[in-house]
Amino acid sequence: MNDAATDTHCPYCALQCGMGLRRTDGPVPVAVVERPGFPVNRGALCGKGTNAAAVLAPGTRLTTPLVRTGGELRPASWDEALDRIAGAVTATAAAHGRDAVGVFGGGGLTNEKAYLLGKFARVVLGTSAIDYNGRFCMSSAAAGGIRAFGLDRGLPFPVEDIPRAGCVILVGGNPAETMPPFVRYLRELQENGGKLIVVDPRRTRTAELADLHLAPRPGTDLALALGMLHLVVAEGRTDEAFVAERTSGWAQTRAAAMAHWPEHVESVTGVPLPHLREAVRMFCDAQTGMVLTARGPEQQAKGTDTVSAWINLCLATGNAGRPYAGYGCLTGQGNGQGGREHGQKADQLPGYRKLDDPAARAHVAAVWGVDPDSLPGPGRSAYELLDSLGTDVRALLLAGSNPVVSAPRSAHVAERLRSLDFLAVSDVVLSETAALADVVLPVTQWAEETGTMTNLEGRVILRRKAVEAPAGVRSDLEVLHALAGRLGHGEGFPTEPEKAFDELRRASAGGPADYAGISYERIEAEQGVFWPCPSADHPGTPRLFLDRFATPDGRARFTAVHHRPAGEEPDEEYPVRLTTGRVLAQYQSGAQTRRVAELNAAAPGAFVELHPRLAERLGVRDGEQVAVVSRRGRTVTPARLTTAIRPDTVFMPFHWPGAANANVHTNPALDPVSRMPEFKACAVRLERCEGGG
Amino acid sequence: MTATDSTAEPRIVVIGGGMAGHRLAQQLTAHGARRVTLLAEEEHTPYNRVLLAEVLAGRYARDIAALAALPAQVECRRARAVRIDREHRVVQCDDGAAVGYDRLVLATGSNPVLPPLRGLFDDALTGRERHELPAGVFAFRTMADCELIDRHLPGVRQAVVVGGGLLGVSAARALAARGVQVVLAHQGEHLMERHLDEEAAGLLRAHLAELGVEVHTECRVRSALTEDRRITGVELADGFRLDAELLVIATGVRPRTGLAAAAGLEVRRGIVVDDRLRTSDPAVHAVGDCAEHRGTVYGLAGPALAQADHLARLLCGQDAPYRGSRLLTRLTLAGPDSAPLDLAAFGETSPAGPGDRVVRLADASRGTYRKVIVRRDELGGERLIGGVLLGDLGTVGDLAGTWEGDEALSAHPLHLLTTQSTTPGGPSR
Repeated sequence: MNDAATDTHCPYCALQCGMGLRRTDGPVPVAVVERPGFPVNRGALCGKGTNAAAVLAPGTRLTTPLVRTGGELRPASWDEALDRIAGAVTATAAAHGRDAVGVFGGGGLTNEKAYLLGKFARVVLGTSAIDYNGRFCMSSAAAGGIRAFGLDRGLPFPVEDIPRAGCVILVGGNPAETMPPFVRYLRELQENGGKLIVVDPRRTRTAELADLHLAPRPGTDLALALGMLHLVVAEGRTDEAFVAERTSGWAQTRAAAMAHWPEHVESVTGVPLPHLREAVRMFCDAQTGMVLTARGPEQQAKGTDTVSAWINLCLATGNAGRPYAGYGCLTGQGNGQGGREHGQKADQLPGYRKLDDPAARAHVAAVWGVDPDSLPGPGRSAYELLDSLGTDVRALLLAGSNPVVSAPRSAHVAERLRSLDFLAVSDVVLSETAALADVVLPVTQWAEETGTMTNLEGRVILRRKAVEAPAGVRSDLEVLHALAGRLGHGEGFPTEPEKAFDELRRASAGGPADYAGISYERIEAEQGVFWPCPSADHPGTPRLFLDRFATPDGRARFTAVHHRPAGEEPDEEYPVRLTTGRVLAQYQSGAQTRRVAELNAAAPGAFVELHPRLAERLGVRDGEQVAVVSRRGRTVTPARLTTAIRPDTVFMPFHWPGAANANVHTNPALDPVSRMPEFKACAVRLERCEGGG
Repeated sequence: MTATDSTAEPRIVVIGGGMAGHRLAQQLTAHGARRVTLLAEEEHTPYNRVLLAEVLAGRYARDIAALAALPAQVECRRARAVRIDREHRVVQCDDGAAVGYDRLVLATGSNPVLPPLRGLFDDALTGRERHELPAGVFAFRTMADCELIDRHLPGVRQAVVVGGGLLGVSAARALAARGVQVVLAHQGEHLMERHLDEEAAGLLRAHLAELGVEVHTECRVRSALTEDRRITGVELADGFRLDAELLVIATGVRPRTGLAAAAGLEVRRGIVVDDRLRTSDPAVHAVGDCAEHRGTVYGLAGPALAQADHLARLLCGQDAPYRGSRLLTRLTLAGPDSAPLDLAAFGETSPAGPGDRVVRLADASRGTYRKVIVRRDELGGERLIGGVLLGDLGTVGDLAGTWEGDEALSAHPLHLLTTQSTTPGGPSR
């Protein structure tokens, strides 16, 4: 069997590049090989993907459950660990009510896991307290998409459509570092004569590829989009026929845009008006245009409105619901798309159904064999859930997430986690969050298990098991099955991924994200299947909205939005803006990538990026230790000087824990619609460290 | 309706439906205020005043300059406030209504100043008619002015604009775009002397000439010439006569402070407010063109909006003191065929003494001019005190940020004028 590679996908980002895993005789049981037949990446991989197998090396991962006794985590049997969780859940619910037991999931979990985790919370625990880290990721784009189109799918078209657009505006995304194989589509766009506009406060590797780079102050992309729409109207470049035939709500939206006149927008954003005009000219001269947003505009306390503003620009120019045009978002986490469709979100049931919709409750309850009235109602969003730990929520089951590093105001979140009566964490490694737990369960990971993911295009793909997990490790599905059994639900939690998927298909049937017609077989035969796919003979839907939008009247909806300041603007005490992001060689909280030698060598630690002029004013030299201080905490990292950032802004990557954790500073001001925290703009000051340098 | 009732939620009354009042009402509701009343006397739906010149130029349809409708929670009354009874906290309106308030905000704006031209008013007339301008003579301040000019335009071949400040230049350019021959008569030595030095003004003048505006500086208009109270031309101080079927007056504005003064509030040039935008009566606030903050009456839309935003937060319990605005004056002159000319200016126009340093980049062939003035402070640091960008705005974001931050410069100020190698942003190809 040494020759045949198992077809699978990368364990990291939402592009879900196809790759093969071939068995080896070395200490790492498989090697990554090319899988050129998969259309999204056509064989190409980035450094993270190439080195993906390293996390399978022995010694890297947990292989035995851990249980805290006398303040220390010690190895324990599975029975002891599971009994302890079941006992704590039962006791907490009895003492404080069912909502006192919470569940926190992740956007990296497979569809099967996300589905069963939501079912476990609603059916076994009967709690409303479930949400997941995808709230920190996709929620604003999702809310904006639903508001405009009646449906949220990251991209309404396959990535291979991107090079055929005339102009692409990429807002607050840096795929050259976060999603490298995606960059070929941008290059092909330019080779075809299309234009690329990148909006980013930093001149990133992606911005360097652009035909035009606009560098607004962090937190002002909303004004930038309104200014562009203003110019579109002023210069008579509105697609009146499209607006009349396929949209609603234009008058109020136009009025809102006209209140953001170009010179005002220039003063808010810092982007010179001539550059704004150039952007409008490029976008409107093109036959078709696309706007792609990523976390920059979305991770703000006005993220949903910011997304709406960019969608408005698309709608006003006729760039939606037709080929090679439209709005899309570059999803972040591996299953950021599927993870937000199947019920681990506080307000949601499988198939992207709404938990407060009686018809949705009736359908899903029937699949689950329970009384619809027994399903709890919508619960708190991720940050609000974490913030309530130790007070309202007393016991928490957490899977596929590391909020000690990745949540906003992370020092506070860590304190909340410590104040719990009971914390259980399922993970592959002893993450910073797992280290706080009362029980840690070692679970299977990518390559050790089978399951489906849904990539940023809405393409459902299959990751096949390639190796046996080490002894002592169980899958999340086995964990849920065992816990459900201990809590009186012997049935309904299959341990076979394909059985779980078949149930998910039935639960999603008729919902917006309809998987009913998708099977493991079809996924393998068709290189993935795009949802919605309501029946086995349905081809799937690579391109959405070509005939109508998913709104009741079939029209896309404009939303009138106005610019407003960030939740925390710079002031005399904290005069500099901090924005955060990722680096090429690390991923999210670093729980996986910080354990890969090749990646650590490339990106060994955190830093704070600042402009030489700001550095000179502070008396800071390149490489010197610098304290970043906010209202929420203090970090100390080396300074990295670069002219590629605005002089009024500093940047920190967020992959590292402790004194280097950028999320100590990030502001949990929440978007009123999506409940997204404001990761991308907060106020800090910089201080030289005594004896630093 | 009389004084306040005892409901816990304070009643906020805003006088003035211009941009500042409109923005304030919108922001108050956004911050959760539930009892907001707006008293507005202008007949038009609220509009974005900044766009008036574009409307006049025909580039913007009138209806698209309208501001978004206010949320339904705001009670809008079409009425003119005639008196403020501060003792009983009541505003008397011209329709007889008495509107009680807990907090009152004056956003009464400003009025155009008309210069003492002979012939502008007919001394033989009395009463209201005495204050009516001759047919074909207009101020340029409101949408109503804009509509009147627009209605008068058919058949106009020649127009004279009096006043070469920001507003006069905008009006002249707009009229030229409508195919009218325009003479801009300016009393000062060069255009926009509050904002520009002579060289920048010269470039602006050349650009206006290309757009069809003939600029006369050091040119005082003495009389408006009329026949049957209809404008036929102007007579200059040197006796020279210009024919004109349209005369537009853009010689400045004056804060509307009458209501405040009559109520006994402290008024200097404008209604005096502190950093919490309070007048001498802490229950009464003022924002926008009518307000004087730290000795400054801004008279510009940007600061008016900033004040409205601050006051909305202050009135809703947030700590958001207003410490003044340091915005750039911006002007965009678009022609029908030519690329638009962009201009940004701030602070002082020329050095005041030997401690001031001027850095300039001028490119006559491209018609660009960039200049900053920096001043050495007591500690030896240098600060920006003024600057102009004309024709090349590549560094405007950086420059505006530096001016706004008012921090000591950490490097040679040249970087504020050129994008090369330092500043991100801008076309990279």
